[in-house]
Amino acid sequence: MKQQLKIVVNGEPYDLFVEPKTLLVQVIREMLGLKGTHQACDSSSCAACTVILDGMAVKSCSVLALQANGKEVLTIEGLADGTKLHPIQQAFIDNWAFQCGFCTSGQIMAAKALLDENPNPTREEIQEQMDGHICRCTGYNMINEAIRDAAKRLQSEKSAQSGKGAA
Amino acid sequence: MKEYSIIGKPTPNVDGPAKVTGEAAYTIDMTLPNMLYGKLLRSPYPHANILSIDTSKAEELPGVKAIITGKDTPGGKWGLWRRFRELSDQQALATDKVRFIGDPVAAVAATTEEIAEKALDLIEVEYEPLPAVFDPIEAIKDDAPMVHEDFPSNINATRHIEWGDVDKGFAEADYVREDRFVLEAAHPCAMEVHNSLASYDKGTGRLTVWTSTGSPYFVQQNLAEALKLREGDIRVIKPHVGGHYGGKNSTMPDAVNAAILSMKTGRPVKIVYNRDEEFTTTEHRTAQNMALKIGLKKDGTIVAFEVKTMTNGGAYTGLGATTLYLTGTFITMPYKIPNYRYDGVRTYTNIVWGTSIRGFGAVPAKYCSETQLDRAAKDLGIDPLEIRRKNAVIPGYEAPGQYKFESCGIQPCIEKMAVRVKEKWPKLEKDEGIGYCAFAYMSGGIFNWIDTPYAYSSAHVKVNWDGTVDLYSQAADVGQGHNTVAAMICAEELGIGIEDIRLHMGDTAHAYTDLGAWGSRETLMNGNAIKDAAAQVKQKLIDIARLKLGENIAYDLVAKNKRIFLELRPERGLSYYDLVKDAIRANDGVPLTGTGHYTPHNKGMISPAYGMGIMAMKAKVDRETGHVTVQDVLVVHDSGQIINPLGARGQVEGSIHMGLGYGLCEEMPMDQGMLLNPEFVDYKILRTRDMPEIEILDVPTYEPNGPFGAKEAAEATIAPAAPCVANAVYQATGAEFYSNVLKPEKVLKAIREAEKKQKASKATGK
Repeated sequence: MKQQLKIVVNGEPYDLFVEPKTLLVQVIREMLGLKGTHQACDSSSCAACTVILDGMAVKSCSVLALQANGKEVLTIEGLADGTKLHPIQQAFIDNWAFQCGFCTSGQIMAAKALLDENPNPTREEIQEQMDGHICRCTGYNMINEAIRDAAKRLQSEKSAQSGKGAA
Repeated sequence: MKEYSIIGKPTPNVDGPAKVTGEAAYTIDMTLPNMLYGKLLRSPYPHANILSIDTSKAEELPGVKAIITGKDTPGGKWGLWRRFRELSDQQALATDKVRFIGDPVAAVAATTEEIAEKALDLIEVEYEPLPAVFDPIEAIKDDAPMVHEDFPSNINATRHIEWGDVDKGFAEADYVREDRFVLEAAHPCAMEVHNSLASYDKGTGRLTVWTSTGSPYFVQQNLAEALKLREGDIRVIKPHVGGHYGGKNSTMPDAVNAAILSMKTGRPVKIVYNRDEEFTTTEHRTAQNMALKIGLKKDGTIVAFEVKTMTNGGAYTGLGATTLYLTGTFITMPYKIPNYRYDGVRTYTNIVWGTSIRGFGAVPAKYCSETQLDRAAKDLGIDPLEIRRKNAVIPGYEAPGQYKFESCGIQPCIEKMAVRVKEKWPKLEKDEGIGYCAFAYMSGGIFNWIDTPYAYSSAHVKVNWDGTVDLYSQAADVGQGHNTVAAMICAEELGIGIEDIRLHMGDTAHAYTDLGAWGSRETLMNGNAIKDAAAQVKQKLIDIARLKLGENIAYDLVAKNKRIFLELRPERGLSYYDLVKDAIRANDGVPLTGTGHYTPHNKGMISPAYGMGIMAMKAKVDRETGHVTVQDVLVVHDSGQIINPLGARGQVEGSIHMGLGYGLCEEMPMDQGMLLNPEFVDYKILRTRDMPEIEILDVPTYEPNGPFGAKEAAEATIAPAAPCVANAVYQATGAEFYSNVLKPEKVLKAIREAEKKQKASKATGK
């Protein structure tokens, strides 16, 4: 029996009907056509499908769609500000923090949740937080550097904004 | 070194904006209107005759649109060793018998994936199980079950390499040692599983296939054979690919069955493997047994080397036969070995088959040879770095009849390593050790098992009226960053910017042939083709510029910074954009074009050029738990003129990650042909917390065979990682390893044996 799912994805409200067993990742990829969120395993162990659910990074393959009822989801498609990339996205490009790019959306969303919580993480803190993510291409160090670079960019953006505010 | 405008400058990935916004479309993200979902029914037996298949119940399931078994397929066999027809041993669906757990026997197309899966459960297959063989040594015995009827003793391929006089060499040696190794299999684990979308046009009889591959050309060839169609009636498109690492060279049953189902139903059909299928039915790094014998002089000079290997090939060939050859080649590099003999045997067995995974034979080979070299050095009382320096090749070195090093920076790499190690790790703590491994790897293979009648690589450049450039090639970016390298090479040659280049890559209908991404070939081979194509266009612009400038014909003109000007008088020149307009006007309105190609000639058996270097790792061993921590990694490498330092670093770091996995945790245990860990919970891949920091130092050389002096910068650094770890543990504890995967229990056991050995030698006073 399908049930009603009211969900906000990337700021857009949706009113859907889903089976109780439908996963959040299925809603995102198949019903909404947001293919930037990738799924790379069937055992909830690679974190490629990470999205932000009410501010928290979650594996969208491990959340039932109905558990997200009434909540807000942010996917990779909702991160940029129009045509301007988010500083984390730009830092990933500038630091060559992806190769094949398949796990990248999940890495970036997890980095966003991490930096929202801890704006100035160390290499070790990033390793701790991002340990669930499998990347088969990069060896992780360049991702770690991109996240630290993004932290700096976000901080200087913030101080520029507060500077403006003071003036 | 020459100063370039673009080459050698850190350049962000041209696919970056698409990949960080989720807009990059992989095959798995694609759908077509009216599309059906395909699924494969797979054998639960490692070896069995198929007695009957009853699909009637499944056909009655609403939503099922087609079910096929072996008899419904066009029946063409395929493989990458097309030059040797008997090794074209893959087929869409098993007809008479199945050869491994996972061999497909039927395929379903349905309106949803769920219905297709349900239909699989309703298909009834009657099997007659046959005795099976899982081990290469068992496989060659007289009474072993035969995996393929035409291959006695299950011998799929043999390779013999020899130069010098090996027996004489051993007779002259002061020290000879023999070691035997057992190497584990490992899976490439691309994050995007194998998947294909096929669309057959009933009206024209033409087929289009989108697939996650490293070589659209190989898929086109193989589909033509499997489906008995003309190559030209098949178009293969490679969208973004979510990882390759050698596991996506072969055409797999997903592409072929999607195509057959599309031809049957007249609708597009997509087949996506699940992670279990990816682990249990797609290609992996081959397990093998190796025996090595080395002879040295007292001073550490290698005088003779003999290697024998027997690989657990599995049910089909893939690129396993090439891997077998390259195992015997890379194991000699980068050392001067005057007398060498290699015998390799690849056996058919009833497991999923092994192939050319990243490092292409070098990974198991170097694990054995470089751990053996450390033990020989210790016995002879020679420093491990010194024994490598003493035997390392010099520019111009030739292994008779096999390969020749033209650019060759290994000696300066080792010298630089010696200096940097002392600065970086001046003092070791207790139970810490430093392990070394020298390495060399090809920049694309010369061999033509695919039997292509075309150039190995080609590229087509079209310059439009406004100066923008369309670059066409079948070359494959699979994440390694080739699209960026391709744009950089094209832009440098034409003296314009990367933003002026638009890429059209990886589509068999829109570009001339390139053999794809394997053997670290794209930078050198496709780079040469692109440079050739761009140079032809540049010459046309130079001719027009010469005409307009009216200068002395002896003056040289160059293209740089969007101008064409006199090399020695840069102020005298013309705008690239103006010249393009003039040139097209002078060409009766036809855009400027150039078609470049590259096929190596007279460059030996292996490759036109070799990347090389030396790696060192510092590791600490916990003597109580057996846990090994890799603390720090240092690489000094010669990749010629590096095209894009950002991409090159990415390749080196990624290779080390996968190589460390081979050394520390990745394994594929099987029981009667059944893989026991087919998912990421049990198949251990190193995570970010496991990765040490990596310092990379370059020793640039100029490679005469490469574009702008470039050569391989991709796969070379995978092979040295695991032997570096084993050697570091050996230096720290004396523990000797005769297989990869240093799990704590194995390390503890080896340490205990080393301690026993040390006690015994003290007792005897030796």
